[in-house]
Amino acid sequence: MTSAIPDHYQSASSIAANVASGEISAAETLEQYLNQIEDNEKDVHAFNLVTIDEARALANEIDKLVSKGGNPGPLAGVPVAIKDNLCTRGIPTTASSKILQQWKPPYDATVVRKLKEAGATIIGKTNLDEFAMGSSTENSAFGPTRNPHDFSCVPGGSSGGSAAAVAAGFAPIAIGSDTGGSIRQPASLCGVVGVKPTYGGVSRYGLLAFASSLDQVGPFANSVKDAAIVHEVIGGFDPLDSTSIKEAPSPFTDLLGQGINNLKVGVIKELMGGIDGISDEVIARANEAVTALSNAGAQVEEVSLPAALYCLSAYYLIAPAEASSNLSRYDGVRYGLRVDGNNLNEMNINTRTEGFGDEVKRRIMLGTYALSAGYYDAYYGKALKVRRLLAENFADLYKDYDVLLSPTSPCTAFKIGEKVSDPMTMYVNDVCTIPSNLVGHPAISVPFGIGSDGMPIGIQILAPPMNESVMYQVAETLEQAGT
Amino acid sequence: MMSEPITPEEVTHVAYLARLRLTEDELSRFTEQLGAVLTHAADVEALELDDVEPMSHPLPVENTMREDAPQPMLKPSDFLNEAPAVEDGRFLVPKILGEQP
Repeated sequence: MTSAIPDHYQSASSIAANVASGEISAAETLEQYLNQIEDNEKDVHAFNLVTIDEARALANEIDKLVSKGGNPGPLAGVPVAIKDNLCTRGIPTTASSKILQQWKPPYDATVVRKLKEAGATIIGKTNLDEFAMGSSTENSAFGPTRNPHDFSCVPGGSSGGSAAAVAAGFAPIAIGSDTGGSIRQPASLCGVVGVKPTYGGVSRYGLLAFASSLDQVGPFANSVKDAAIVHEVIGGFDPLDSTSIKEAPSPFTDLLGQGINNLKVGVIKELMGGIDGISDEVIARANEAVTALSNAGAQVEEVSLPAALYCLSAYYLIAPAEASSNLSRYDGVRYGLRVDGNNLNEMNINTRTEGFGDEVKRRIMLGTYALSAGYYDAYYGKALKVRRLLAENFADLYKDYDVLLSPTSPCTAFKIGEKVSDPMTMYVNDVCTIPSNLVGHPAISVPFGIGSDGMPIGIQILAPPMNESVMYQVAETLEQAGT
Repeated sequence: MMSEPITPEEVTHVAYLARLRLTEDELSRFTEQLGAVLTHAADVEALELDDVEPMSHPLPVENTMREDAPQPMLKPSDFLNEAPAVEDGRFLVPKILGEQP
């Protein structure tokens, strides 16, 4: 076998409805997914850990609640896979790094707690690029994840395990984190839906920090509607996250099924050929998406986002700078790996040298350099100014347009090993997704057909902050046109 | 632009600041790879942006304080159980100055 795509996907909403009505039990539902994992996980390697016993216990609790006539929640009995950089109490959380050495967090991430309260069955921890740094899931200390559409290809990254788990039918829902595209790009490469919410819209409490001003947690699903439902469950104010937004957004499912008549869509010309490196085939497919939205009644026009030209450079200064600070906590003192030395300094050096992989070391050094005396203004300071220009560009566009459109990834899934030795080539994978992170806006990737290699292509819809309902509305129309 | 965006000496220094040790092979590889990223970043470095305010964060948040009231918390043992070395309810570290006895 060279691929592992199921004949059909069951929607999370139908599972929850069937479990709540007693038509099928959460336990039976879970076993179906565990069977799928049993059959194909050895080829895909989506998971660092499948938590079979804990999942069965959660499913039994839901079934008990249902039998007593209780309300099991909007995700009753829905198996959910969790990216392994989100804390799960008592269950190893590794960030796919040697340095955490099977660390068991003493608490659940807020997102994990909310999923459980909504009746979800947490099924396991998914593989990622170490500390979410990468675009292929090849930078995992535990080996790469393979694309379920073709095992010789990467699933994208860094949330490649979560994307692959949903594509392979190991779980109807998975959770990832997106710092520069780490949910949307693997969603695109694996042919599933992936969402980066508004910064501050979903709690980061219990997410192992990579770049704190860019990181955001979000869902993977097989449909736009399922993604919106899960987003409603995991979103909302959390006093444990100091950047959590207090105001409640309008429900994300409100505008589903409304059509897009007279909505205004801007097509970002810099990401449709203006910047080198985006494949002709992907641009052609994005143009078909434009036609589809136009046919559905939207007013579609080409727009310019001039600062997009500088986003890749700005991001690869800002994100490593924040990472170099965030990852200083891994020092062999409070958790994870310790490699002894003759004094504290030597122990710190030995631990970090042995515990971190190459990509993490590169980014820590790059960030340290960008923040160091003499280079701060030239690199980090300038990058923060580009960020301001970009925010102003977006604000201008959203005066006239409801949403913006671009490809998600500049190419379809590439071969394992093809780009991993050349960091700059790998970084270009994030060129379309980075702008949303720099300004904290929401964006979604929706599958929209396949390339000549038979691999999925995704289209990205970008929306103003806290305006996910219109993002989902347009994405749903695109989803219907693409299938 | 400079002929060499970053030198091996600078990479060694930055690695030490980040508490990392590099082999000779790693030093030459990382010098080249970091140089490629910094060369790409030259487009940002070259921009004239004197009038632009830097933006460090997407949200205009001020300090976020909770009410100063007692709340349930994790016990010290919840954390210490996962530490590499512990003594008398505290994290244990090697000698801070000089060699171990």
